[in-house]
Amino acid sequence: MDLTNYINMDLLRFTTAGSVDDGKSTLIGRLLYDSKQIFEDQYEAIKKTSELRGEDYVNLALLTDGLRAEREQGITIDVAYRYFSTPKRKFIIADTPGHIQYTRNMVTGASTANLAIVLADARHGMVEQSRRHLFIASLLRIPHIIVCINKMDLVNYSQEVYDKIRTQFENFSTKLQTTDIQYIPISALNGDNVVDRSKNMPWYEGPTLLYQLENVHIASDYNRIDCRFPVQYVIRPNSDSFHDYRGYAGRIAGGIFKPGDEVMVLPSGFTSVITSIDTFDGPLTQAFAPMSVTVRIQDDLDISRGDMLVRTNNVPKTGQDIELMICWLSKKPLALNGKYALKHTTRDARCIVKEIRYKVNINTLHRIENVEEIGMNDIARIAIRTTQPLFYDSYQRNRITGSLILIDEATNETVAAGMII
Amino acid sequence: MPAYKINHLKELESESIYVLREVAAQFSKPALLFSGGKDSIVMTHLARKAFYPARIPFPLIHIDTGHNFPETLAFRDKLVEQLGVKLIIGSVQESIQQGSAKEETGVNASRIRLQTVTLLETLEKYGFDAALGGARRDEEKARAKERFFSHRDEFGQWDPKNQRPELWNLFNSRKNEGEHFRIFPLSNWTELDIWQYIWREQIDIPNLYFTHKRLCVIRQGVLLSASPYLPPIEGELPFEKIVRFRTIGDMTSTGAIESVATTLEEIIAEVATARVTERGGRADDKRSETSMEDRKREGYF
Repeated sequence: MDLTNYINMDLLRFTTAGSVDDGKSTLIGRLLYDSKQIFEDQYEAIKKTSELRGEDYVNLALLTDGLRAEREQGITIDVAYRYFSTPKRKFIIADTPGHIQYTRNMVTGASTANLAIVLADARHGMVEQSRRHLFIASLLRIPHIIVCINKMDLVNYSQEVYDKIRTQFENFSTKLQTTDIQYIPISALNGDNVVDRSKNMPWYEGPTLLYQLENVHIASDYNRIDCRFPVQYVIRPNSDSFHDYRGYAGRIAGGIFKPGDEVMVLPSGFTSVITSIDTFDGPLTQAFAPMSVTVRIQDDLDISRGDMLVRTNNVPKTGQDIELMICWLSKKPLALNGKYALKHTTRDARCIVKEIRYKVNINTLHRIENVEEIGMNDIARIAIRTTQPLFYDSYQRNRITGSLILIDEATNETVAAGMII
Repeated sequence: MPAYKINHLKELESESIYVLREVAAQFSKPALLFSGGKDSIVMTHLARKAFYPARIPFPLIHIDTGHNFPETLAFRDKLVEQLGVKLIIGSVQESIQQGSAKEETGVNASRIRLQTVTLLETLEKYGFDAALGGARRDEEKARAKERFFSHRDEFGQWDPKNQRPELWNLFNSRKNEGEHFRIFPLSNWTELDIWQYIWREQIDIPNLYFTHKRLCVIRQGVLLSASPYLPPIEGELPFEKIVRFRTIGDMTSTGAIESVATTLEEIIAEVATARVTERGGRADDKRSETSMEDRKREGYF
């Protein structure tokens, strides 16, 4: 076996979204099964359970619904992560539930995804949930979207039905930011166009789902232009062999860093030069997202967690008054003038909600102004003021330096996902 | 423009290092749960990388069931010495003696559940507010629902239906007094990733993972190592087999597999084509369909 080839795969993270009974879990089960990632003991276990329940076929959904309550109710409650690989790529699936009350899970799964699969039931076409899922995928700037029109077997594999639904989606998508949207007619239950090409839909000439997943171009999904290095931790060994060592540990959030680069430290504004980019395996000649490294600089400056190293000629915005889109995740509504704890890159702060600009009607994408309350699953634009300056880019430009979370200081719950405008 | 790409192992490594550094930065008293198995060995290796050239800034905790493979214990002691970190041992035997845990009886008795008691006692005794575990989401269906930062209430319980959403890489570590977090830096690794990484990094692992001759018995279809901790069943005769272990837990519940894999390359080839899951040989998971979830709710690893 050629191991060198084996360990040089890249990694694609994708999320799946669909309404109740759109067949999401079945689709994932199918991907795992047809790509031979399901083990015999797993298959035997779900086969036994399916038989006990009196079901006619092996219920592949049981592979992903792991919690007791999920099995009992036959629904997916929480994000489940699944893994599979083909000789080309390794995949991480965030399987997110379609229930309206669990939208926060979809946002969670979407936040780290390169690609979203949005499922629609061929019998029902585009429904409210589909619009919500597409909108969230676009709001969270998932670079690639695949709309799978599922259960084609139940509409006689009709091209007419597929075309009609595709048009519905295309009309809605014109209002979204995402440009890369693909459409695939499938039957997750029977495996049509999932891994193997469907014999039932000769009219469809596009790729299968797995082919698309294996070949979508993801290398440009990170920002390679604006150098951003949030300092995570200061490494000071205090040992005899590394007596004066002082390194700034962190994960690159954007751009390319090299030894010899002149950098500016925020918030102090002092400049210095990178002397070395260290790792356990030796120094590097360059570093870029998402690499975890340790940076050393020439001058002895006061730098700690929450500070940011950037290039002198390309600095992020700095400020305390921030405009953002949020998805509200908590049962307790957002309080205007309420104070929340905030996390942004490696920086902790507090903030006050100064203004609710508008709420988004996710069916029409219209703005609803003069709203006083933002509740669970609502998407809104708000203005906050922070206790200390944040160094940020727009979420559109950089998903790492443009994102933040709000935390309820009484319950410690994460209550909002924020995307800076 | 050159392609700025890193392979999947580098990306996973970088993610785990990020998580480990977040733990050191966000918690006042973290510790690393070390079982002696390959996952906790890889986690320890990653911790070493994360803080290099400094030492790992937290101690290792080993919850010793008293039913460990002697090879595991020897390996643990050697590694701790190499790393120059502190080792804290929580003893299940002591929990039993002081009456906080009750030994199971019967031929399939195991100390798996009792570990939870000792683990929680140990965390409380030393006041640890974060415990790093080597669990992976691909291992088991309840684990597939875990967060990187997983909140535990004052009883050490996990509430899978009420988990905090985890967005981007922004980890919320806020908690009340007496509560703690379990942190899983290897969440996104698969069994194959772990083996490939061990191979690429040349990480030392206990020789239990490589094929060897061993006295075994068969219990409920699972091949177990004969040991003083496994009360013999009448008429049962231990027999010699050429085996290795795919996972390492207690001697009483870790199933061996028949294998000819004597090198890492052979192990990787075997894992890549395996038709049974890694934990398929773990008697502890076979007690019911949701036995891992039930144990985790109580505060298990």
